[in-house]
Amino acid sequence: MNYVPKIDRRSFLVATAAAGGGLALGIPLAPQSASAQTGLATPELGVWVVVKPDETVVVRVVRHEMGQGTITGLAQLVAEELEADWSKVTIEHPTPGESVKRKRPWGAYSTGGSRGIRESHEYMRQGGAAARLMLIQAAANEWKVPAGEITADKGVLTHKASNRSTTYGKVAEAASKLPVPEKPALKDPKDWKIAGKPMKRFNAVDKVMGRQVYGADLTLPGMLNATIKDCPVFGGKVKSFEAAKVAGMKGVKKVLQVGESAVAVVADTWWQAKVALDALPIVWDEGPNAKVSSASIAEMLKAGLDAEQAFVGNENGDIKAALASAAKKVEAVYSYPYQNHAPMEPMNATARYTPDKCELWAPTQDAEGSFAAVLAASGLPADKCEVYQMDLGGGFGRRGAYPGDFVHQAVLISKEMPGTPVKLLWSREEDMAHGRYHPVMMAKMVGAFDKDNNLTGLHMRLSGQSILAAVRPQVVEQQKGRDPLVFQGLASQAMLAEHSFSYTIPNLLIDHAMRNPHVPPGFWRGVNINQNAIFMECFMDELAQAAGQDELEFRRKLLGNHPRNLAALNAVAEKIGWGKPAEPGIHRGLAHLKAFNAYVAAAAEVSVTGDKLKVHRIVAATDPTFAVNPAQIDRQVAGSFVYGLSALYYQECTIKDGRVVETNFDTYDSMRIAQMPKVESILMPSGGSGPWGGVGEPTICVAAPAVMNAYFKATGKRIRSFPLKNHDIAMA
Amino acid sequence: MVALTINGQLHNVDVDPNTPLLWVIREQVGLTGTKYGCGIAQCGACTVHVDGVAMRSCALPVSDAAGKKITTIEGLAQNGKLTKVQQAWVDHDVPQCGYCQCGMIMAVSALLAEKPKPTDKDIDDAITNICRCGTFQQVREAIHMAANA
Ligand code: FES
Ligand code: FES
Repeated sequence: MNYVPKIDRRSFLVATAAAGGGLALGIPLAPQSASAQTGLATPELGVWVVVKPDETVVVRVVRHEMGQGTITGLAQLVAEELEADWSKVTIEHPTPGESVKRKRPWGAYSTGGSRGIRESHEYMRQGGAAARLMLIQAAANEWKVPAGEITADKGVLTHKASNRSTTYGKVAEAASKLPVPEKPALKDPKDWKIAGKPMKRFNAVDKVMGRQVYGADLTLPGMLNATIKDCPVFGGKVKSFEAAKVAGMKGVKKVLQVGESAVAVVADTWWQAKVALDALPIVWDEGPNAKVSSASIAEMLKAGLDAEQAFVGNENGDIKAALASAAKKVEAVYSYPYQNHAPMEPMNATARYTPDKCELWAPTQDAEGSFAAVLAASGLPADKCEVYQMDLGGGFGRRGAYPGDFVHQAVLISKEMPGTPVKLLWSREEDMAHGRYHPVMMAKMVGAFDKDNNLTGLHMRLSGQSILAAVRPQVVEQQKGRDPLVFQGLASQAMLAEHSFSYTIPNLLIDHAMRNPHVPPGFWRGVNINQNAIFMECFMDELAQAAGQDELEFRRKLLGNHPRNLAALNAVAEKIGWGKPAEPGIHRGLAHLKAFNAYVAAAAEVSVTGDKLKVHRIVAATDPTFAVNPAQIDRQVAGSFVYGLSALYYQECTIKDGRVVETNFDTYDSMRIAQMPKVESILMPSGGSGPWGGVGEPTICVAAPAVMNAYFKATGKRIRSFPLKNHDIAMA
Repeated sequence: MVALTINGQLHNVDVDPNTPLLWVIREQVGLTGTKYGCGIAQCGACTVHVDGVAMRSCALPVSDAAGKKITTIEGLAQNGKLTKVQQAWVDHDVPQCGYCQCGMIMAVSALLAEKPKPTDKDIDDAITNICRCGTFQQVREAIHMAANA
């Protein structure tokens, strides 16, 4: 699934890899007369590192920070190879415009699919190592000694034999003129001193003082503020609106249609724009989807559960024969709803357009995707466009590259007011109404046992929505109609190695009937592993119970070929005290999965009192191969459980009359501190030369099935559709 | 004209008196540490102190805040010195994206002013801010750190 960008003289293609998928956004190559005016620090030691005369080390990072700690982790890796003084390290973000001019030396910007570190660690570490070698060489030239005799440590270069030393800052200018070594050797992770350590995130002081400027906070001289309403029914259009009714309201500068389906108000302040937009009469042409409801979508998916045509994601043996000859069969149907990301900072982007230049400031997970959107919306060539990445108030997949999204809107609005910067900020209500939703999915699970209660076969039929079909259709086309990402956590090794299935079952079929309702789907923290882990891991408990076996033992027998999955599962089982008596009223459940090349497991302890399900404690295990920053990983694990459990208990975007019913956090709730279980994170990086695993997403998927398996132990009730609020189960 | 005292400074702002305090703080006064998350008093991102009480400024008409003492996140640290709560947040590396944290810190600061050594139950009852990044475990630990600092 790795997309290799094609670079030639005439065209420059930017790959924005989707979660495991890929896409080429055509961006024409800028003329090579790149001006020196880049806004980047100097002097450069290769493309990744700058050391300033005052000893400040600037690491270039193009991946985006949205709270997951990526920029800190990447800087640690570069600083490690550089032998830098960590206290002197800062980062800067080269712009996509600069990247295009230089033929993309920093690789992909897209930050999703837990790939920030795992897909850039190698070339960035090499960048750090190359810079170190250049600094050493510069000192060697100055002292006229062999480079091999010079050591580098904490930004200081030493030649022991002659008792001389100097600093990085002093030789950086000379070093910057030397050739950049290609593919320098990297340190053995066991020698790491900066990487692998619990370094604090950058910018914490700014964040606690209210000084961090998020996209929503940006102010530019002369800037106006806009807010927007898109047709609430997806696929609908604007029929008419009465601009005159609000044009005279205080502060209002412009009322305009944006594209075919949206209307925006531009005003001096955002609040004025919002008040005017709320008062603006708009008539919508709701289009062909105005009758669609959650019930009609469920019918559509249900039909897929038994459909003839389906795409195979994983198969071995002969499932038909196994089912036909089974001594006992177990069957269950599960379903998972639409969910919005609802990051704390609503969608926004600020654009300034003139016929000579279109600039965009955006909190984005993919500045290259935003750049492509600026080109498309402005109609200007790449050398007249630029994107400045802002810090994100949460991303979770929502701020990736989606067609016709907030960046596109911001540019269209600014085009109507040339020269004036306009900040478009969505209301929370707009954010709820126009997400790129976690797709809907159902699964029919059938297990077959022989007369000795051995599991002989498993058929898992998924039926539901494909994200790639909506946002990267060319990938689906290449796959002859299949969306491989639907099988995250379930896939065959050959199809999607980073998400491969871990149970060995003699006869197995996992297939997908694609059913695409009109609601726009998007990548979401973990996306398809959320439902796949619930479906598979809850059903594993159902199978174990049908066979009268311990749920842990039952899994262990099927995991013989996947020692890392097994190790993660064993680790949580041991720590939670599986097999030993729990406190009175406490019940336990387990789950595990491999996702984004990380091996994760969870064990939960819950109690049930009336309609209240309380999660007391979750033990989590993560094997990401290497742990770049253990403290940040712990925080990602605990945070992923907040996101995942909020989804489990509360979150559904209900569809009625073709639109989303829930409008804000009052109807789309998110857990609070009172409901936070104690999270005990076991970090068990197993090392080796294999691919590194991600950490931002994988654990999200194991909390829900572990909790639901414990809930069954407590109540004897098996819940198979979500969220739990639909079953009158409350979070305590 | 509405007269507001924010972080000890008097501001006379020319706005519709129904404008939520949040937007006056952000747009007329220009202090953007107070965040917009929901606009309906659900998430707490917009929390400020009004006469020492933590309030959700998105649901408070500016006219109701006139004549009161308003403190925003920018008004906590004095001469650049972080408060105990802010320092605990930095020491314990609490913020992930950080967008909710200004409101979180304002809510926690008000709690500690009232109950300098809160129990977990006190925290559960008083702190109802949403954090989509899910920093609650670190928030709780940092509250205890600040209380014991
Ligand atoms: S913005 Fe005020 S509570 Fe959410
Ligand atoms: S730190 Fe991101 S929402 Fe709380």
